[in-house]
Amino acid sequence: MNRPIQNPSATKISGGVATDQQHDSARKHVTGEAVYIDDMPEMAGMLHGCLGLSTVAHGAIRSMDLSDVESAPGVVAVLTASDVPGENDISPTGLHDEPVLAEGKVHFFGQPVFCVIAETREAARRACKRARIEYDEEPGIFDVGGLDPEADKLVTKPLKLERGDIALALGSAPHRVKGQMRVGGQDHFYLEGQIAMALPGEDGDVTVYSSTQHPSEVQHMVAHALGVASHAVTVEIRRMGGGFGGKETQANQFAALAAIAAKKLGRAVKIRPDRDDDITATGKRHDFLVDYEAGFDDDGKILGADFLYAARCGFSADLSGPVTDRALFHCDNAYWFPAVRAQSAPFYTNTVSNTAFRGFGGPQGMVGGERLIEEIAFALGKDPLEIRKRNFYGTDERNVTPYHQTVEDNVIERVVAELEASCDYAGRRREIAAFNANSEIVKRGIALTPVKFGISFTATHFNQAGALVHVYTDGSVHLNHGGTEMGQGLYVKVAQVVAEEFQIDIDRVKITATTTGKVPNTSATAASSGSDLNGMAAQNAARQIKDRLIAFASEKYEVPTEQVVFLPNRVRVGNQEIAFDELIKQAYMGRVQLSAAGFYKTPEIHWDRERGRGQPFYYFAYGAACAETSIDTLTGEYVIDRVDILHETGRSLNRAIDIGQIEGAFIQGMGWLTTEELVWDEKGRLRTHAPSTYKIPLASDRPKVFNVALADWADNVKPTVHRSKAVGEPPFMLAISVLHALSDAVASVADHAICPRLDAPATPERVLMAVERLKREMAA
Amino acid sequence: MAGARQHIRFLLNGEEVTTGDVRPDETLLDYLRLRRTLSGTKEGCAEGDCGACTVLVGRLSDGELIYEGVNACIRFLASVDGCHVVTVEHLKRADGTLHPVQQAMVDHHGSQCGFCTPGFVMGLYALWMRKPTPSEQDIETALQGNLCRCTGYEPIVKAAKAISGYGAMKNEPLVAERAEVTSILKGWKDGSRVEIGDAGERFIIPGSLDDFADAYEANPDATIVAGSTDVGLWVTKFMREIAPVIFIGGLEELRQFGKSDGAITIGAGVSYTGAREILAAAMPAFGDLIDRIGGDQVRNMGTIGGNIANGSPIGDTPPPLIALGAELTLRKGSRRRTMPLEEFFIDYGKQDRQPGEFVESVTVPLPAKGAHFSAHKITKRRDEDITAALGAYYVELAGDGTVAAVRIAYGGMAATPKRARSAEAMLIGRPWTAENIEAAMDALSSDFTPISDMRASADYRMLVARNLLKRFFIETSGTKKPVTVKRYEAA
Repeated sequence: MNRPIQNPSATKISGGVATDQQHDSARKHVTGEAVYIDDMPEMAGMLHGCLGLSTVAHGAIRSMDLSDVESAPGVVAVLTASDVPGENDISPTGLHDEPVLAEGKVHFFGQPVFCVIAETREAARRACKRARIEYDEEPGIFDVGGLDPEADKLVTKPLKLERGDIALALGSAPHRVKGQMRVGGQDHFYLEGQIAMALPGEDGDVTVYSSTQHPSEVQHMVAHALGVASHAVTVEIRRMGGGFGGKETQANQFAALAAIAAKKLGRAVKIRPDRDDDITATGKRHDFLVDYEAGFDDDGKILGADFLYAARCGFSADLSGPVTDRALFHCDNAYWFPAVRAQSAPFYTNTVSNTAFRGFGGPQGMVGGERLIEEIAFALGKDPLEIRKRNFYGTDERNVTPYHQTVEDNVIERVVAELEASCDYAGRRREIAAFNANSEIVKRGIALTPVKFGISFTATHFNQAGALVHVYTDGSVHLNHGGTEMGQGLYVKVAQVVAEEFQIDIDRVKITATTTGKVPNTSATAASSGSDLNGMAAQNAARQIKDRLIAFASEKYEVPTEQVVFLPNRVRVGNQEIAFDELIKQAYMGRVQLSAAGFYKTPEIHWDRERGRGQPFYYFAYGAACAETSIDTLTGEYVIDRVDILHETGRSLNRAIDIGQIEGAFIQGMGWLTTEELVWDEKGRLRTHAPSTYKIPLASDRPKVFNVALADWADNVKPTVHRSKAVGEPPFMLAISVLHALSDAVASVADHAICPRLDAPATPERVLMAVERLKREMAA
Repeated sequence: MAGARQHIRFLLNGEEVTTGDVRPDETLLDYLRLRRTLSGTKEGCAEGDCGACTVLVGRLSDGELIYEGVNACIRFLASVDGCHVVTVEHLKRADGTLHPVQQAMVDHHGSQCGFCTPGFVMGLYALWMRKPTPSEQDIETALQGNLCRCTGYEPIVKAAKAISGYGAMKNEPLVAERAEVTSILKGWKDGSRVEIGDAGERFIIPGSLDDFADAYEANPDATIVAGSTDVGLWVTKFMREIAPVIFIGGLEELRQFGKSDGAITIGAGVSYTGAREILAAAMPAFGDLIDRIGGDQVRNMGTIGGNIANGSPIGDTPPPLIALGAELTLRKGSRRRTMPLEEFFIDYGKQDRQPGEFVESVTVPLPAKGAHFSAHKITKRRDEDITAALGAYYVELAGDGTVAAVRIAYGGMAATPKRARSAEAMLIGRPWTAENIEAAMDALSSDFTPISDMRASADYRMLVARNLLKRFFIETSGTKKPVTVKRYEAA
């Protein structure tokens, strides 16, 4: 459709960068018209798969009798490991430690052993129950407590970061603290569960619609499992109903099985696991056991910090290497350690293989570091905030991280100072102390915690992106890039960048589904990198076309190139203005290529893992939060009374989207640290595998008062897309303030003389048990 | 049975549906998505906990048409016989204009991934219809059954507050159709029985309470389905065969209240929402407790009778009902018998109910003047969470300050909802003092040996069981200091 030019004399386009443009699918979301994979029309003859899961946590498969499954009503096929035509492996690291279907042995309760393909989803699910599998059970490792990094099995190589002489620093310090902290894991609980739909094509090709953050990896995994070249596999995803890291690698299994079945049977196959199976069979945030020790002076200035981060990785490596690395990269949070040693222990356990989750180990690293600060504060009888401020990174000195990267963009002091003033931290602390002195049962607490989070994939080669931009002859634009949309607003942000570049209203830019057929070899949409990478790649593509248009107009109208200027929905060429659409038509007639593939790679970064040195991060994102809570010391129940956030997003591409990310990340982080508890029983069975038992926050859990502000006074010092900053993960860690506010409230029962050592998640039970312990120790 | 209807009939958005092609275990959600390609309604959990499948069901209540949000994932299609099912597809006008609820959500950036959004829209729609200018508490209570993992809820709550500012919508679908829908549904209320299917696919929708009594006596092996908040999961999670089924959710006779002689009689089919209306007025603590059962959708579906008959040790209404001295009425055919509610619960999974016998009503004595009653539930998450431990307390004090009557009941502490007889013994006839309460708290360990599970450890259960009794005592002292943390100031 050829539309008339829009607002030919407008001074500003609609939906450019730095506008509060709505999510591109907002209208479709509220009407139910947004199409998720399970909503797509089903091809005639489509079949449905259901995974048969192991019923023991560790052991050899003695016998497998699937005859009753095969004869169940509606069953068309039952796949086992031997039906995998290519490699029976979907390990994203290439370590060959994660089969599509278990072969000979199972390593965790809920591991996929077989896959039923039936005429309906219900028939497949019912048939699954009829399997008769016997196991020779072996003892399982379910917890990392008591494991030895030297002796016990690791899933991947550990990392050590070291700077300065830690032994000397600890040995000569006037004061020392030492302790251990347990930090729980987290289920993603994306509202749309895992799903894949595979359509067989000619030549053995297959198209897979997969709810994935990483279409290229799904493509590669499917190709490996099928034993075909990557060019035979196309993976597409328009939108996910939430990802949060849970669809970075975890979509592979469902996609591979759907593709295998589709090729074997020559029919379309869809696999959508039930929520309980999804939670049972897919990886989660790693839980950690953190050993920490610090030496410090009388003022609370840290002289040396020593950490061991032991992670429950599950039975395979998956992303545990980079996750545990990132935990170490964030043990320092915003603090300078004159001497430091941080080591990881990525332990093998007989539990589901843990995976990426918003923050990717960073939150766990930071929680350990913040416990250290808290311990020092209690040891010296000071306000933890005082200790925090005393140890912040400097700007020109005291600015080297444990991985030897110099922090060049530090603004934490200003962020914290502004928040401390705006939320009246000092006044409220006094008011709370007065309240607590007069209240026996209800105690209140407050805490202000900072966040400094490193931006870039630590695997340097992932920091690249591609985009594809077409301008059609009517001036409308087709935009495609390698990033995936999971709700975070990436599509609309990148569309804003392209609209800005061409100076056309955003509704002239059509956002299209991510597919490996248009932009190849992409990285996962992860590590908060989506708009940094894809925004730049799309900008690059648009600029290529723009440059061609400029050259064309310059030649046609015989004006110097600098006299070709893109104005809102029009182009000024010399002394005349030509509508954008008109110029495009002319350019087409003049045989100008109106399509371009854009590319971007993050500059400057490098990382030498062996030496623990480099510049893994392009820049850092900063923020701070102050939380206030009330606890009931009879039951451990609590409410979050107030939270104030000041978070830094550089020059925001879209403040509305960014505030949504900050609020959403905060609440998700709060859930992780409060009510979201994963419970395994003594047989290694996850007992919290549904929303009835696994409790993510509700509207009524959010802070009663919730003030969120952007620290918009600082552009990104690096030349990122329009000087914006990544925002997906950093605000997740602002929720650490809630854990510390709860801890502060608990501490009041013992006059702040004893560190509560409140572990996470701080369920009402943990809060009450900490209260009881402090009361006992106080009485003793 | 001769004369029984062999089809169900209901309204789906603007369409009348008559069909005999229905299995008793077919969920409304599967019907909408698979058979009608109405894919705006999503499946998030298939157990009534996430709300992505929220639709409205309109039914006649004493002649008045009311719409309630329900979980389509655990609601059976057969149970919407005689109702009006409204899905998200019904809201937008033909010219593309969004409904105020939808427009407010768009304007406030209330969606991110969008998967939960249709459910939120329907939940807010139901709220907007019954309370156009809701308080923050109203909004949060209405949204307890809707999970969002992206937004942190802030923009959704802001949207909810703003809806009324968008003005009454012209041609608001359910307002415009109200008279017509009421008349259609009334026309369908002819007291006829529905009977469809053979063997493993057989179900009955009785035409009246007496018809139900007859049907159940004749089919004592039948599964009775009222709100399906539990039986729904037998199907979606455990894939159990439930036929033959008797659906009783549509029996208005079972949804009745009676008030007499200082007691309230609640029909077994009264929903939590319905029970809250009448119980909260007399006993605010009971109302607060009901607000923490499931989400709005579950409270609209689940029934008091089901909560009792189910026999779960963690059902939330039996402990307070026992503490209040409630009496249960069971019926088989035309024969009725009554018993103190506490005697109904024999052991885990075992109740004093004969084949073909059903829970007809429960009669709750109102607290005597000056008596104290309270009930406290402990969960990991405050709302929409299953009980770890629940204490319910009733005490009458004599003029001299001694305990004239006391009933203490707990859920989550034993294999059944159970009275704390030893603790009560430490209190009856004695002064209502901190000292005696302490003795009663100690006695709880002879009443209960709780278990550890994913909800709580045995130690925590025992500790809070003790402390909740203490909280109750402090409450009765009339202290002005806070006795617990509260999200909302008392109304």
